[in-house]
Amino acid sequence: MEQRAGNTKKSDSPFTWHMAGNYFFVLPALLMFLIFNFYPYIQVFFLSVFKWNGISLSKTFVGLANYKDIISDNVSWWISMKNAAYVTGLALTVQNGVALMLAWMVDRDIRGGQIYRSIFFLPPILSGIVVGLIWNWIYQGDYGLLNGLLDKFGYGHLKEAWLANPKTALTALSVVHMWKGFGWGFIILLAGLQGIPRELYEAARVDGASEVRIFWKITVPLMIPVFILVSVLTVLGTMQMYDLVITTTRGGPGLHTEVPMKRILDEITPGSRVGYASAMGVVFGAVLLVVSMIQIQLSKWFKAE
Amino acid sequence: MKKLSLISLAVIVVLTPFLFSCKKLTRSHAVVVWHWMTDRDEALQELARKYKEETGQEVQFQLYAPSDVYSQKVKVGAQTNSLPDIYGVLGDAQDLAHFIEAGHVENLTGSLGEGPDSWRSTFYEEAINTAYFKAGNSFNVPEGTYGIPLDVTTIPMIYNKSLFAKAGLDPQKPPQTWTEFLEAGKALKKIGVTGFVSGWAETWLIYSLVTDLAHNLMGAEKVMDTHAGKVSYTDPDWVAVFTAFEQLQKAGFVDPSLVTLGNKAAEQAFSQERSGITFNGSWAVNVYAGMNDKLDYAPFPPPQLGNKFPPCVWGGAGSVFLVNAKSEVKDKAVAFLKWLSDKKQASFMVSATRNLSAVKDVGGEGVSPVLQQFADLMKNSIHPNRFLISEDPKVQEAITKGIQSILISEKTPSKVAEEVQKAKEKSKTE
Repeated sequence: MEQRAGNTKKSDSPFTWHMAGNYFFVLPALLMFLIFNFYPYIQVFFLSVFKWNGISLSKTFVGLANYKDIISDNVSWWISMKNAAYVTGLALTVQNGVALMLAWMVDRDIRGGQIYRSIFFLPPILSGIVVGLIWNWIYQGDYGLLNGLLDKFGYGHLKEAWLANPKTALTALSVVHMWKGFGWGFIILLAGLQGIPRELYEAARVDGASEVRIFWKITVPLMIPVFILVSVLTVLGTMQMYDLVITTTRGGPGLHTEVPMKRILDEITPGSRVGYASAMGVVFGAVLLVVSMIQIQLSKWFKAE
Repeated sequence: MKKLSLISLAVIVVLTPFLFSCKKLTRSHAVVVWHWMTDRDEALQELARKYKEETGQEVQFQLYAPSDVYSQKVKVGAQTNSLPDIYGVLGDAQDLAHFIEAGHVENLTGSLGEGPDSWRSTFYEEAINTAYFKAGNSFNVPEGTYGIPLDVTTIPMIYNKSLFAKAGLDPQKPPQTWTEFLEAGKALKKIGVTGFVSGWAETWLIYSLVTDLAHNLMGAEKVMDTHAGKVSYTDPDWVAVFTAFEQLQKAGFVDPSLVTLGNKAAEQAFSQERSGITFNGSWAVNVYAGMNDKLDYAPFPPPQLGNKFPPCVWGGAGSVFLVNAKSEVKDKAVAFLKWLSDKKQASFMVSATRNLSAVKDVGGEGVSPVLQQFADLMKNSIHPNRFLISEDPKVQEAITKGIQSILISEKTPSKVAEEVQKAKEKSKTE
C-alpha cells in the first residue's frame, strides 16, 4: 500500500526520468528554434542600440537614438508605412472580398470547380519577381498591354503611365499584389466553407430562409475564425511586401511606392547602417504585433457576440 | 544504468553538430575567388583552367548572383571571417573603406610597384585609381591601392544614328549642349519615337548624370566642397543642375515610364528603336548586340550645362578584385591576379565578354569601333570611388528621389534643393 502511494507521488512530479525520452525528442526542434529564431531576435534588439556599418569590428553604442530618429525624424519611413497600410487596406477588403466570393461560388458545386481551384491558386505559386516583370510590361506607358487594349477598344484617352504616375502608381501596384495574393485567401476560405455542416443550410432552407439570410446568419458567423486567420495572414503578408516593388517601381516615383521592407534593406545596402536598420525592424515588428493582437481581440469579441 | 545511457545519448546527439562545426575546415591550397559577374563566369573558368595548366596552381571561381545576393554574401563573409582569398566589394569608396578598416583587404601598393615597367603601369590610371585612397581621405584609410581592376566601364549618353537621320538631325553630330539635347529630343518625338529613355527606377543612373552635369557646370572643386558641407545644395549652380531635369520633363519627349523603368527595360526600348537617345554604360555594347545586332548607335558625353569646365562622363571604375588580407595563400592570390591582368589574358577577356579592359593597349576581337568610342570617353571621366570626399548615401537618395519628383512635376528644383540640403544637414550631425 505504501509502495503504491509512493508510485502515485512519483507520477505527480512534473519531471520523471521516463519522460526524459519525450524531452529528448523535442530537443532538436527546441535547439533549432533557439538558434535560428530566438537568437536572431535577440541579436536584432542588441544591434538596434548601436551605430554599426555591418563590417567594422567596432560598434558605437547610441542607446535609443536610432529609435528616436525613426519615430520623430524619418519621414520616408512613415511614408512607406502609410503606403503599406494603403495596400493592406485594399488587400483586406477587395482581395479578401473577391477571394470569399470565388470560394463561395466554388463551394456551391458549380461545374468545373476543381479547375477553378487550380486556376485561382496559380498566381500565388508564381515567383514574385516574374509576376512583377510581367505586370511591369502590362502597365508600361508607351507600349504596355493595358494601354494597347484601351486604345483598341476606343478608350485611348484613359491611357496612362500607370506605375510612373504618382496618382495611380500605388493602386496599380496594389492590383498586382492582390492578383498574386487572393489565391491564398481563396483556398483557406474554401476549406472553411466546406467545414460548415450542410445540414444547417438544409434546415434553414426548409424553414424558408433566403440565400442572403443563410449567408449572413449561418455562413458568416461560422466563418469568423477563418476570416480572422485570413486577415492576420493578409496583414502580415502585405505589410512585408518587397519583391513586387523591386521588380516594378523600386519605390518610385519619388517615395510613392516605398514600403517598409525596402526602406530597411536600403539602410543596410547602400546605407551601411545596420544598427539603424535593426531598429527599423524592431519598430516594424512591434507595429505588426500590435495589429495582429488587435485582430485577435476583435475575433474574440465577435465570437462572444 | 538505463538513465545514464539515456543522458549520455542525449548529450552526444546535442553536441555532435557543434563538435563537427568546431572542427576547422582544412582547405586545399586552391585560390578561391568569389564573384558576381554572370556574363563573365565562363571566361573566368576558362582562365582558371589555363592557369592550372601553366602553373599547376588551382583557382576556383565561385559565382554568387544576382549582385545584391553577392553583396550580402560578402558582408556575411566579413562578419564571420570567412571571406575567400580574392573577392570584390560592390559599392562605392565608403563600402570599400569599411572592409579595409576591418582588416579584410590587403594593401597592394608594394606589389603594384612604381615606374614605367611596374605592374601598376599596365593599367589605365582611372581604372587603378578606383581602388586608390589618397592620403588624408575622408574615410581615414591609410594611403594605398587596395584592388586590381579587371575591366572598366563608361556611362555616357548613346544615340541612334538611323533615327537621328530620320528626324532630320545630323547622325554624325550628337548634341553637345543641353539646349541642343532638348531640341534633338523634340525632333525625335516628331517622328513617333520617344526622345529619351533610361532605367531611372535604378537611381544610381540618375546620380551618375547629376554628378556629370554638376562637374561640368561648377567644376570638381565646388562639387567636393558641397560634399564637405562648405557649399549648400541651394546654391544657384546646384539649382541649375536640378532645373535641367525640369527642362527635360517640360520638353515632353521622355519615355512616360522613365522614372519606373529598370535598366533592362530601357535597354530593350533603345535597342528596338523605340527611343532615339539613352543614358547607359559601356556594357550596353554586349547587351545591344544580343538584342539587335543591326542597331546603329554611338556614345557621346552628357550634354554640357556650362562652358567653364569640360564635359564629364562617369567612368574608369568597373569590376575590381581585392585580396583578402587574412588569406593563407595571399602571395598565390596576388600572383594569380598579376597573371590575370597580363595582356594575353586581358585580350581573351575582351574577346569573350566585349567589356573594356582595365589593361592598357589590349586588343582582341571584342574591341569593336563602337566599344573603342566608349573607351575613348574615359578621358575626363569621373567616378565617386575617386572622389576625395564621398557624398552620404542618404543625401544621394534625397537627390535622386527629388529628381524623380521633378520628372513627375511634383516638386520644383528649388524645393528639391532645399530637401537635399536638409538631408545634408542631418547627415552632418550623424
